[in-house]
Amino acid sequence: MNIIVCIKQVPDTEQLQKVKVDPQTNTLVREGVPGIINPFDENAIEEALRLKEKKGGKVTVLSMGPSQAAESLRKALAMGVDEAVLLSDRLFAGSDTLATSYTLAMAIKRIEPFDLILLGKQAIDGDTAQVGPGLAEWLNLPQITYARKIEVNEDKIRVERALEDVFEVVESPLPVVVTVTKDINEPRYPSLRGLIRAKAEQISIWTAEDLPLDKRRIGLEGSPTQVVKVFIPKPPRKGDILSGEISQVVDKLILEIEKRSIIQ
Amino acid sequence: MDFSLSDDQKMILELVEEVSQAEFALRADEISKKGEFPGENIKKLAELDLFGVTIPKEYGGLGMDYLTWTLISEKISKACATTGLIFGANLLCTYPLLVFGTEDQKRKFLPPLARGKALGAFALTEPEAGSDAGNVQTIAKKEEDHYTLNGSKIFITNGEVAHTYIVITTMDRSLGPRGLTAFILEKGTSGFSFGQHFEKMGLSALPNVELIFHDCRVPKENLLSKEKRGFRVAMQTFAAGRIGVGIGALGVAEAAFEEAKKYSKQRVQFGRSISSFQAIQHTLADMATEIEGAKYLLYRAAWLLDQGKPFEKLASMGKLYASEVAMKVTTKAVQILGGYGYTKDYPVERYMREAKLFEIIEGTSEIQRGVIANKILKE
Amino acid sequence: MRKIKIIVEKCNGCEKCLSSCLFSAIKMENKIPRILDNCNLCGACIDACPFEAIVLEKEEIRVDLSSYRGVWIFAEQRERQVMPVTYELLGVGRALANDLGEELSGVLLGSHMKGKAEELLNYDLEKIYLIDDPLFESYRTHLYTQAIVDLVNHKRPEVILMGATSLGRDLAPRVATRLQTGLTADCTGLEIDKKERNLIQTRPALGGNIMARIISPYHRPQMATVRPKVMKRARPGHSKKAEIIEIKPKISQNNEAVKIISLIREEKEAVDLQGAEIIVSGGRGLGKPENFSLIRKLADLLGGAVGASRAVVDADWIQPYHQVGQTGKTVQPKLYIACGISGAIQHQVGMRTSEVIVAINKDPEAPIFNIATYGIVEDLHKFLPVLIEKLEKRRKS
Repeated sequence: MNIIVCIKQVPDTEQLQKVKVDPQTNTLVREGVPGIINPFDENAIEEALRLKEKKGGKVTVLSMGPSQAAESLRKALAMGVDEAVLLSDRLFAGSDTLATSYTLAMAIKRIEPFDLILLGKQAIDGDTAQVGPGLAEWLNLPQITYARKIEVNEDKIRVERALEDVFEVVESPLPVVVTVTKDINEPRYPSLRGLIRAKAEQISIWTAEDLPLDKRRIGLEGSPTQVVKVFIPKPPRKGDILSGEISQVVDKLILEIEKRSIIQ
Repeated sequence: MDFSLSDDQKMILELVEEVSQAEFALRADEISKKGEFPGENIKKLAELDLFGVTIPKEYGGLGMDYLTWTLISEKISKACATTGLIFGANLLCTYPLLVFGTEDQKRKFLPPLARGKALGAFALTEPEAGSDAGNVQTIAKKEEDHYTLNGSKIFITNGEVAHTYIVITTMDRSLGPRGLTAFILEKGTSGFSFGQHFEKMGLSALPNVELIFHDCRVPKENLLSKEKRGFRVAMQTFAAGRIGVGIGALGVAEAAFEEAKKYSKQRVQFGRSISSFQAIQHTLADMATEIEGAKYLLYRAAWLLDQGKPFEKLASMGKLYASEVAMKVTTKAVQILGGYGYTKDYPVERYMREAKLFEIIEGTSEIQRGVIANKILKE
Repeated sequence: MRKIKIIVEKCNGCEKCLSSCLFSAIKMENKIPRILDNCNLCGACIDACPFEAIVLEKEEIRVDLSSYRGVWIFAEQRERQVMPVTYELLGVGRALANDLGEELSGVLLGSHMKGKAEELLNYDLEKIYLIDDPLFESYRTHLYTQAIVDLVNHKRPEVILMGATSLGRDLAPRVATRLQTGLTADCTGLEIDKKERNLIQTRPALGGNIMARIISPYHRPQMATVRPKVMKRARPGHSKKAEIIEIKPKISQNNEAVKIISLIREEKEAVDLQGAEIIVSGGRGLGKPENFSLIRKLADLLGGAVGASRAVVDADWIQPYHQVGQTGKTVQPKLYIACGISGAIQHQVGMRTSEVIVAINKDPEAPIFNIATYGIVEDLHKFLPVLIEKLEKRRKS
């Protein structure tokens, strides 16, 4: 099975003291902030590796981002993927989800053939969950979102989708684009061997010149949505510390919740 | 003297730290309370290739240095002393194989150990032979094409879960240390069984088991080194093992220190956090200083081992010092946590119970002092 | 049209641009350079200016957007029931339509939905586009996308809103990509810039650490998915009579590649976390998995749901669907009680918009206290039993 996993490097929110915003493009400045693989994309990589272990084949991981994103691709290599491709070009900067899914789609056309494309359901910085379906549309492929279980039999894929209150079991012929949830698996740690091997491996870097692109569809120019302002939301007002003897504090707490009509 | 870590070491240690804190630390309390062997942790160590760190590549390992192994072991032990000791005891099996094994023996026994498919153990201690290693009673009788073992071992770490055992026997009790002979034994060998599981003060999830040999048939290919050369095998294995045990003690000390430091900042008495009181500050300062001292003794011992230089003296010093530091630091940690420290709601009482073992195993502190004195008086 | 532009504030008046221009297309007026009509956009002046005060303005493809009129909301139905988010969309949709001076229409796809369409007539809107066909019984990406895209191309709405539900977030990006238009996800705020007729979309990003304001100035329709339970629901009982326009979809064959095989309803003792009004959550401070019984007890007494931090889910103390946080669920209950949860940012982003936050933790420096309405620095093992006991007594009396 040839599987392509699209991943994104996102800021490690644990390290994020202050968010930096580029005043010109109103997009997030990613340089200098330690990055991690988007957690849901780690699940996608893991799922791809498991499918490869069962069915044989190859796993290619693809990411669009600044040069720093190569770190995440290296971690994916350490986990065991076969090949890594970074799409990096100043021209890609400022892409919204339409431009991003377009760029990824054009890169995937260069990576063909493939049986399956996996992505995490959303990135924890953008939180849009739009690139997966957008990518499927550009490639004219079926899409299956919110997968919590994947089974591949011959050339068909069976997926359990996690909806709000029910799980939907669907089936589709390959190839198809699938976005995965966290429940689908537990991503593996890279092994020491993997880490060492990945350090020496080559990551292909493709620029806008390397792809069959319509330059007007990429980057800021290819993005219908524009961010006009980014601001830090007012933190919820810090409240009170209730102190005193436990029994009294409990009474006070119950009183407060009653006052706010949360309980009768 | 360059004390910095290489990029590779940093990369590896970052991963070990992540796994140790995310997995081993979370389970440490529970496995201790239940006395449950941490199978999940061992599986993770194997998946990460950690069992193969010091084993050469041609035998399925990563061919790295003992210093890196020591740093890895420190992080594991800090998260979970039990897992650290199981990991460390494995070295007591792989090390003698590497130093004394024939090419055939290495090819046969090292690869599964490197992959974590088999765990290793080292068996010398007997009811009548603790510090007095030469008083081993388990007898090995030479036959046509094999040896027959009769006797028993006690307190063996990794007993029963391990597959590969280095067993120290004697071929002639009257010769004392000079009669000792080492063998490689595999679980499942006829006549090799397991007996008592010892209930301990702490580290209840660590397997410490009685081994029983009753007309146990050991193939002659499994003789390690030469007949009656087992004392040397034991002593050299202990020398390396001391670094492992020392670093395990250091890990426990570090965990206890972190806990005490954190608590002292939170705990308010007399209107201020107790970390603002000089008594507590001085205690914390002592703890931190002793930990740093133990650290570099052990790191240097490992470095000397890697350089092929004599390392036994420093290994003994490191083990002696680190284990005594661990006992002191954990006891002080309980003291700092006061009444709460004495309860099972906090881990420090467990650390204190765990620390005690490190002053005993792998050569008691008394033995270590003897070894050190011996070395320094010869210099 | 592309243009050379002078940034007046940066201009120093040095006139280097004048000497660089081979076409004499720059003239100084009041100490500021003016670009003349014979400029051929060669850009020599841009390179010559030491103050970066000259730029080439990008080409703005101005499609005739004026032909796009009207606000549409996607009326989500599942198993022939109209979903609650639909009424929230009707509420905000009405406000937007009023500001634009345009009509509000609902788009309803399904089978046997005529009755529900008629119920929607009781709400304040002008039209309901209804596709009622067995093929549309259940949501299928391809079918719904094609039907909506056809309708959009025909009727040209200015704004389309959908709920940011699993359905909406599957459908909207497919539609937006096919229409090559802008889509903003999970909006918590929507308003109209009346001058430009732009929809101003406000949404959280970076797990809620920042808020972004977004517009799609040059593309129509402007699409947005709207976070459920944020907007106020529209109220029925409207006298105005809207009309139902039934559309016959052009898709006659079910060429949807993805087929639904079955539905699995799992025994979830926790009700939909995101719908709960009260949530009691447990974290590492519980000490061991058995202590979740305290959390469950308290949740039961309050009629609430059980939540959890990531740490305890990772440690297998409780199932993953209880997880609240960045890689779990985002919740907005009236009351969120965090027990033994330190409140790292990844957890906070999942619950900080709760109306009332109560935090119980023995560590006074736990970050959760920075966002708690009521903070209680106590050992939860001591505090919770007393709270439970008093609530039980209260219930009996």
